[in-house]
Amino acid sequence: MPDLGLEVLLKGRNLARLLGGLWVALRISLLSVAISIPAGILLGVVMTWKNPVTQALSRLYLEIIRIMPQLVLLFLVFFGTTRVFGWDLSGELSSVIVFTLWGTAEMGDLVRGALVSIPPHQYESAAALGLTERQTFFCVVLPQTVRRLIPLSINLITRMIKTTSLVLMIGVVEVLKVAQQIIEANRMSSPNAAFGVYLTVFMLYFLACWPISLLARRLEELWR
Amino acid sequence: MTKPLLTVEGLVKRYGEHTVLNGLDLTVREGEVVVIVGPSGCGKSTLLRCINALEPIQSGAVRLEVAPISRESRDLPALRQKVGMVFQSYELFPHLTVLDNVTLAPRKAQKRPRAEAEREALALLERVGLADRARDYPRQLSGGQKQRVAIVRALVMHPQVLLFDEVTAALDPEMVREVLDVLLDLARQGRTMLIVTIEMNFARAVADRVIFLDGGTIVEEAPPEEFFDHPKTPRAQKFLNTFTFDAVKRPHPSSLADPTT
Ligand SMILES: Nc1ncnc2c1ncn2[C@@H]1O[C@H](COP(=O)(O)OP(=O)(O)OP(=O)(O)O)[C@@H](O)[C@H]1O
Ligand SMILES: [Mg+2]
Repeated sequence: MPDLGLEVLLKGRNLARLLGGLWVALRISLLSVAISIPAGILLGVVMTWKNPVTQALSRLYLEIIRIMPQLVLLFLVFFGTTRVFGWDLSGELSSVIVFTLWGTAEMGDLVRGALVSIPPHQYESAAALGLTERQTFFCVVLPQTVRRLIPLSINLITRMIKTTSLVLMIGVVEVLKVAQQIIEANRMSSPNAAFGVYLTVFMLYFLACWPISLLARRLEELWR
Repeated sequence: MTKPLLTVEGLVKRYGEHTVLNGLDLTVREGEVVVIVGPSGCGKSTLLRCINALEPIQSGAVRLEVAPISRESRDLPALRQKVGMVFQSYELFPHLTVLDNVTLAPRKAQKRPRAEAEREALALLERVGLADRARDYPRQLSGGQKQRVAIVRALVMHPQVLLFDEVTAALDPEMVREVLDVLLDLARQGRTMLIVTIEMNFARAVADRVIFLDGGTIVEEAPPEEFFDHPKTPRAQKFLNTFTFDAVKRPHPSSLADPTT
């Protein structure tokens, strides 16, 4: 059997450090998700308004966030704000800000899409039954929108978790950064460590995202 | 004669430049079943939608007893509760069970207790032969069953008048009957109904009065026997002719004539 370099994980607290790194990544992504989802729902509702001003503004926001690579956004928030405004944001806070801006934009667009995909006839039959606009929204439109949204937003959540690997670029010590440190420290004693350690990182990401995907599939079947 | 329940006066409806309804007047009395027929695109659906203020109108008025039904009415939802409407494409709420589809409006709009609404819903479902489907979702039902649920969903609100827009047009032929039977049952109960249909035999059986709509106004209006057997206007005659077919394979006398002459 080839030497996969897995033994370095058993040295000292290396495995615990990797798990700690994973926790940092999850903390950043889950906190961002927790803010992005309600903010995205609000944004999505606003995006369906026929008001040209709110339409233009939300469109602009979405396009800017989409066009800009996440890494550039991270640099902009982490380094840029220090120079220009004199803010001293920690790497983790900067990451949460960037991921929330990104998540809100994407979630907003998903919510908008789900809202406009409810056929007009659903609104009409609710109106014909004598439901008010408010009742129609909360009892007819919203539940159907949420059902359409769950699989899409879970996909977004796993994307956000995966993209946290970028935050090592602004000095946040998350799982990938820990992996690099372990490999670096063992360059001499176990030169094959890179494979084993990155494989472990892969497994950790998989274990974090897989249950979420499973949940999405279950919900989709349940609400088909 | 019973009192007028639903009144339409000088109704004008345009889509852009296209005038669909051009000053239409109509009165439906309590307990009356009025059937509306007319060529495709003459505005039958539009008329029903205007009655329920689902469409903005350009001129005229719709009244339920004395209360005007318009998009400006502040109590429009309350008025619509008194006007039941069933569409061609049923449009049940896909995320709710049959029972919840039926009880949603009574519970939310009429604030009736759940137990009472469910009791009545089940009784009505029983009456249309669907009590055993109460816990199913709409996607598990056939078109005819969905349409019967849609009718029950309207009935549970205790509407004073019911509007039906070609409720069998989207159904497979073998399911048409089960839905029409429900409508006949409602007519027997003395419900006030305004029915758009292309089922001419059904129209003849159910109607107290038939209205022929064409060119944005009522062209002819008569009891069913009179309308179907002796239509007065050429336009109604032409329309009714589209429902009859001449045999094409019957030997024609002239073609049997001696070929040599
Ligand atoms: N939303 C709309 N915008 C523009 N024109 C419309 C709209 N809805 C209906 N129309 C037009 O209004 C006219 C009447 O339509 P309506 O659906 O009321 O006819 P109908 O009598 O119900 O026909 P059918 O028998 O085919 O159901 C048609 O010419 C149609 O093209
Ligand atoms: Mg129609």
